Amino acid sequence: MSADQASSVVLEVDDLHVEFVGGGRSVKAVNGVTFTLNAGETLGIVGESGSGKSAVLRSLIGLHTPSSTNYRGSVRYSGEELLGARDGALRRVRGAEIAMIFQDPMSYLNPVLTVSEQIGETLRRHTRLGRQERAARALELLRLVGISAPEHRLRQYPHQLSGGMRQRVIIAIALACEPRVLLADEPTTALDVTIQNQILTLLADLRQRLGMSMVLVSHDLGVIAQTCDRVLVMYGGQVVELARVADVLRLPRHPYTAGLLRCLPGSASGRFLHAIPGLPPRLMDVPVTCTFRPRCELATAECESWTTSLLEIDAGRASRCLRHEVVQIDG
Amino acid sequence: MATEVPALPSSPLAVPEGLPRRRLPMRLPMVVGLSLVGFMVLLALIGPLVAPYSPNQLDLLHALEPPFSGGHLLGTDQFGRDELSRILYAARIDLLIAFGVTLVTFTFGTFVGLVAGTVGGVVDAVLMRIVDVFFAFPLVVLVLAIVAILGSGLLYMMIAMWLVTWVSYARIVRGQVLLVKRQDYVTAARALGFSRWRTMTRHILPNAIAPAIVYGMIDAVNNVSIGAALGFLGLGVQDPTAEWGKMIADSQDYIRSAWWLAVIPGVAILIFGLGLSVIGDSLADRMRGKAN
Repeated sequence: MSADQASSVVLEVDDLHVEFVGGGRSVKAVNGVTFTLNAGETLGIVGESGSGKSAVLRSLIGLHTPSSTNYRGSVRYSGEELLGARDGALRRVRGAEIAMIFQDPMSYLNPVLTVSEQIGETLRRHTRLGRQERAARALELLRLVGISAPEHRLRQYPHQLSGGMRQRVIIAIALACEPRVLLADEPTTALDVTIQNQILTLLADLRQRLGMSMVLVSHDLGVIAQTCDRVLVMYGGQVVELARVADVLRLPRHPYTAGLLRCLPGSASGRFLHAIPGLPPRLMDVPVTCTFRPRCELATAECESWTTSLLEIDAGRASRCLRHEVVQIDG
Repeated sequence: MATEVPALPSSPLAVPEGLPRRRLPMRLPMVVGLSLVGFMVLLALIGPLVAPYSPNQLDLLHALEPPFSGGHLLGTDQFGRDELSRILYAARIDLLIAFGVTLVTFTFGTFVGLVAGTVGGVVDAVLMRIVDVFFAFPLVVLVLAIVAILGSGLLYMMIAMWLVTWVSYARIVRGQVLLVKRQDYVTAARALGFSRWRTMTRHILPNAIAPAIVYGMIDAVNNVSIGAALGFLGLGVQDPTAEWGKMIADSQDYIRSAWWLAVIPGVAILIFGLGLSVIGDSLADRMRGKAN
């Protein structure tokens, strides 16, 4: 099984550190994140604002401003190192092999280009299709993402489309060159709940039909539960828990994950929604000890001096908690 | 119903303006502005065909005749040259100054601003300090100084204006680029693997250029004024070529007795300038509307 899995790994992230510098200060947004993405898998990354989940995603294809970002570690796509790769090499991968969709469909489309132009130029960049073929492909893509009257939509500008429609166009652009990996950065956060559900269903369906792998970043455990196979829980720029989605929902193995679950409406603990006390850590100076300890109700004296590491609990399951065995969903 | 699929753009630089290109509803000011400027362009084009006389044909016996007299619709100047013919020929020169100067400075200044804003860092600092140096001088004085060095005449005047007035575009476009390049769709373009050049020309430029276009309209009027001022000072277009500014300058000795010699070219400048200003204004309005 493990040999089989190893051969189907498409993306391998090893000890990724991302630091933003500027104005004499530095923010350590990502501190040693390691994971692999298997072929055909959907991996969720969940965490609160500032936990580094989007920073991880953007680092995978080097989207941060190079002059103000320091990377450390390794990101390998099909064995090729992407972190610190030459710009030309990165550009060949971006959009063609690894595509990305974003949070706010209102602002990620160029307002002065029509839908057909925006799809067409991506095809032009990465394929050798002629003009006619590109037009045909654009139409096909709009059908694929379920846009009604696609012939008509092709000639429209982004401001003429609704939010859900725009997100579908963004997905169509991302899928234009049949990427092997789709990175989705909170793709439904800016949409209302019905549209959110449609988009998630569409993404899951497309992923399966096109045989892609997907990394889905969200702060919403519900979204992750609906879409993902495995989930990476991030806190303070670190992975605090890694597990199959079903396992995490049933039995979290890190107090932060348990806290997140308790924050969901309809969770077990009574009438009021739970809130995790305290504030997330400042990312200027991240300690080697547990970053969640100041907010943790399970913390003991032993936790204060423990240098954290991701502890493997079961096969494919890990937690960054010394006391992971006593974590309970009903705190 | 078979709907035809629109052709994909053939050139990466196919969209020079930040404006939607289809079915623009025309507002009244735009119609007025385009009519006024169109009228002047028409005059410049057909001028030589309809001009009743040669612009330089002297007729000292009929000098300083008022408008509507003896076959001279707009009267004659101090040398008996037909005012209407001179106005028509001058339109060519003045439009050449307006568009010839503005197109060059617009293009060059926009390019400099785009590069400075997009590339940033040292390139930006160096380019913008050069721009600052130009801004430190009063514009007309600098043009005068360059004309003084190069010599007078239409071409030298235009060269002087090319050298000096591009800086406004560079500054305007750079400011816009700094805003636009932080937009999400520029990040999206990078995520799709587009090169720096393509991101710059296709995604940043069309979204950053609108204020420069509006300014260009006003600048074209300015350039006519500068041309007129230099003509007035005798440093621009040389005798006997007709140019509106110089016609006004030449008329100053006769302003009490033959006021039309100053007023008629003045009105020509006014119509052209008004037309351009109104176009610039409605473009600005339209772009504000689009932003909302």
